[in-house]
Amino acid sequence: MGTRKPSRVIGKALRKVDAVAKVTGATRFADDLAFPRMLYCKLLRSTEPHARITSIDTAAAQRLDGVQAVLTGRDLPIPFGILPVSQDEHALCLDKVRFIGDPVAAVAATSEETATAALDLIKVVYEPLKSFDSPEEAIAHPEPRIHDYGDGGNLHKLINLEFGDVEARIGEADLVREDLFFFEGNTHLPMEQHAAVAMWSPPPDGKLTLWTSTQTPHYVHRALAKVLELPAARVRVIATPNGGGFGGKSDPFNHEIAVARLAMITGRPVKITLTREEVFYCHRGRHPTLMWVRTGVKRDGAITGMHFRSLLDGGAYGSYGVASTYYTGALQTVTYNVPSYHFQGARAFTNKAPCGPKRGHGTPQPRFALEVHLDKIAEQLGIDPAELRLKTLVPPNSLTANYLRVGSMGLGTCIAKVVDGSAWKRKFRKLPLGRGVGLACSSYISGAGLPIYWNNMPHSGVQLKCDRGGGVTVFCGSTEIGQGSDSILAYIVAEVLGIDPFDIAVVTADTDLTPVDLGSYSSRVTLMSGNAALQAAERARQILAVHAAEKLQVPVEHLTFAAGRVFDTRDRKRGLSFAEAVQLAEAAEGTIGTVGSYTPPPGPGKYRGAGVGPSPAYSYSACVAEVEVDPETGIVRVPTIWIAHDVGRSINSASVIGQVEGSIYMGLGEALMEEMAYRGDLKVVHKIPSLLEYKSPTTLEMCDVITYLVEDPDPNGPFGAKEVGQGPLLPVMPAVANAVYDAVGVRVDEVPITPEKVLKALRGKGKGEEGRVGPKSFPDIPWPEPTRVPTPEEGGDGKAVERVHA
Amino acid sequence: MSNESKVTISLSVNGEPAEVAFMPHKTLLEVLREDLGLTGTKHGCELGECGTCTVLLDGTPVLSCLVLGLACAGHAVRTVEGMAQGGKLHPLQETFADLGAAQCGYCTPAFLLAAEALLRDNPQPTRDEIKDALAGNLCRCTGYIKIYEAVELAAARMRGEIAEPARESLYGHT
Repeated sequence: MGTRKPSRVIGKALRKVDAVAKVTGATRFADDLAFPRMLYCKLLRSTEPHARITSIDTAAAQRLDGVQAVLTGRDLPIPFGILPVSQDEHALCLDKVRFIGDPVAAVAATSEETATAALDLIKVVYEPLKSFDSPEEAIAHPEPRIHDYGDGGNLHKLINLEFGDVEARIGEADLVREDLFFFEGNTHLPMEQHAAVAMWSPPPDGKLTLWTSTQTPHYVHRALAKVLELPAARVRVIATPNGGGFGGKSDPFNHEIAVARLAMITGRPVKITLTREEVFYCHRGRHPTLMWVRTGVKRDGAITGMHFRSLLDGGAYGSYGVASTYYTGALQTVTYNVPSYHFQGARAFTNKAPCGPKRGHGTPQPRFALEVHLDKIAEQLGIDPAELRLKTLVPPNSLTANYLRVGSMGLGTCIAKVVDGSAWKRKFRKLPLGRGVGLACSSYISGAGLPIYWNNMPHSGVQLKCDRGGGVTVFCGSTEIGQGSDSILAYIVAEVLGIDPFDIAVVTADTDLTPVDLGSYSSRVTLMSGNAALQAAERARQILAVHAAEKLQVPVEHLTFAAGRVFDTRDRKRGLSFAEAVQLAEAAEGTIGTVGSYTPPPGPGKYRGAGVGPSPAYSYSACVAEVEVDPETGIVRVPTIWIAHDVGRSINSASVIGQVEGSIYMGLGEALMEEMAYRGDLKVVHKIPSLLEYKSPTTLEMCDVITYLVEDPDPNGPFGAKEVGQGPLLPVMPAVANAVYDAVGVRVDEVPITPEKVLKALRGKGKGEEGRVGPKSFPDIPWPEPTRVPTPEEGGDGKAVERVHA
Repeated sequence: MSNESKVTISLSVNGEPAEVAFMPHKTLLEVLREDLGLTGTKHGCELGECGTCTVLLDGTPVLSCLVLGLACAGHAVRTVEGMAQGGKLHPLQETFADLGAAQCGYCTPAFLLAAEALLRDNPQPTRDEIKDALAGNLCRCTGYIKIYEAVELAAARMRGEIAEPARESLYGHT
């Protein structure tokens, strides 16, 4: 399917199908919904970071005029969570609270003010427990445990995977370099606060409907059915268009379950809209991650082996954390050839808002470490960092040491584009003091190869209906979060059927109406829902073509579908309108509808842990950042970033550029200013749960972006398309860090690169110390025995070596 | 909840006279969304930090979450719902749609109104003037660049020039 030649719609910079609704304010986000007799829900949140709940007294709240219902943990005792291995959340805390902001009670009242007033009347008695504000603390104190499951004490997950004889291979190197890095946590900060509205139709219907700003209606559907003990067939989840997600709306959330139960109890619609402060407590953002990396390289830059360790601060719950931990080790191998590779990853529970998937999910942290590490190696070897990378690229259509199947691979072209465009060779190590350039690259998955709960069903499904008036409706479970997924469906169907994309109606993200799509995460939607749409459209085309061919008396293979017509390719005047073709087919066969679905190819790795990392296709990006560093203040300004992204094929080039620019923006924020900061003294309180104090780039900080689209079509993508929503974020942080070093000769081996850190490094350097700010050690962690997997080069078959027990 | 009773005010909303009754503590944001049903105006913080609730009050951009509804009696409020006229998009709406300056679309109404006010006062703003005018509005999707380009393109068209998006904006650099 990847080799199909696009022509009329694919690749064009068309308007999005929802563009007019968005610029007129007509788009209905979750909080824009209102129903007669609707109640308002508020959550009472924990004021303790870690404590047992001794008692909750809701009597006074229940007596308040206007209060219709109050819930506590006992009312919703069934646990849930996004991953089957960490069902560790409750809609409302049962016995203990695990972070400041953990919800303990829910109120439904006739107004938001009344619900808020009722919260003040709820008395919770806590018995405080020792709290942990860092993974180091959590490791040092196995008791009290934040959760009673995991890999011991307060360690949630430990991973130890070894591909090939890494120490022996590192022993063959001419240079062995070790570095430590830290990546601070940060959050998605979508402009829309999470909101949800629940409605209950009592028995005999017994049916719950939830409108919610979620990226994953399918998983919310599952969680609601589980916790509320309703048949899934009696639960309908409608994902409203998300006002930004970035991964922050990918978990099933407490508030969604709370309003659902409140609607069932009261028989009235119940709505909740989180405050901005509460959005910070939902979090699920970037894990703060400490990293250690040791790499052996030959004199020419060829890597012989790499050993990588990560320690993730998971916060209070599992969320996607097990996957996040694997992702901090998975993709080091898909950019540069790493013939032997050892990964050790650990995730600790702490008493902070739970971390999870943010744009790039677990890979921006190790990418930062790897790309700065390589910059240092290049300097030690006396090789230009761009040259070093070009020499070590993973070849296309190859299998990495950890069994990831690389298909199309345009990174070499990407590097050439940004090196040329930025005049790299004239600038690198040649600009005056205070100005510098830095280069970094990256890769990202176009969807995860495996679903969250393993099964053999498709990851994405599409139904397509052809109307006799010539309109087409596409139904798909995919969720529009601003990335353009609704438009992708219309463009692909329009391309195949030769009609105007604006003649297509798109119905998405409704578990009653649309076939399952797993959700808008892991950059999976264009590739997976796109392939499903392609299959459905091609099936419809076949049906229409048979009847059009008969009518026109031409062989089916001579027909072209274009410009709203079906015609003989050799005699364009001999044809029908698309609507006439539908009518012929409908008269002959009845209602015209088709389905399409997509399941990724199986991953080649067969070891435990091989489920994270495989993808149908990998995108590639290369980035050059130019910076200005004021040595007096330490302030870093980024005037320009050059970015080249291998997207396989653009379905809509303007949308692709939009994703690239948005990724650069978000990466710039992570590089320079964004951080989830906590007061670690007495209580683990979030320092800055507001849009003002959580610094993010405004128009005044945003850089110019010069974008190059590289199109190396991948056979697994629809028309060759790969992802673009996340990959281009990854190289920004290391490119900026490397540029700061080029500008002022100091290394800030952690993000964000704040003025304080730059100044500290400069002052240290001025005093003759190492000009570096960054972590100095990696704690001892009780790693399990490694799972040893022989590499493909060693003749491995993707399976681990059986452990021999003495 | 309290013993307050509703107040009624008259004002102009999108060029039309309106009367609206609401609890006197309500902000303009709440009055627009809850009492006038104009949900095109969004909110990101309700603390005056993000610019998402920007509307025009007598032509000047204000944060509707910080303005009391009562204070708008006798004044003119313009929201995104008032921009398209006679079934035709405003030039800024056209260019925002064409360039992809609206991704999730949540901050878009605020940017459109802030940009409209800018172009009324300064029909030919420089890129830096656009950045200054929009510095109080946060967008997490676009990186602002498509927004600048959309404002520049709309400005040119509103000056009567025949202008099209730059090729690099839509297809990238070569």
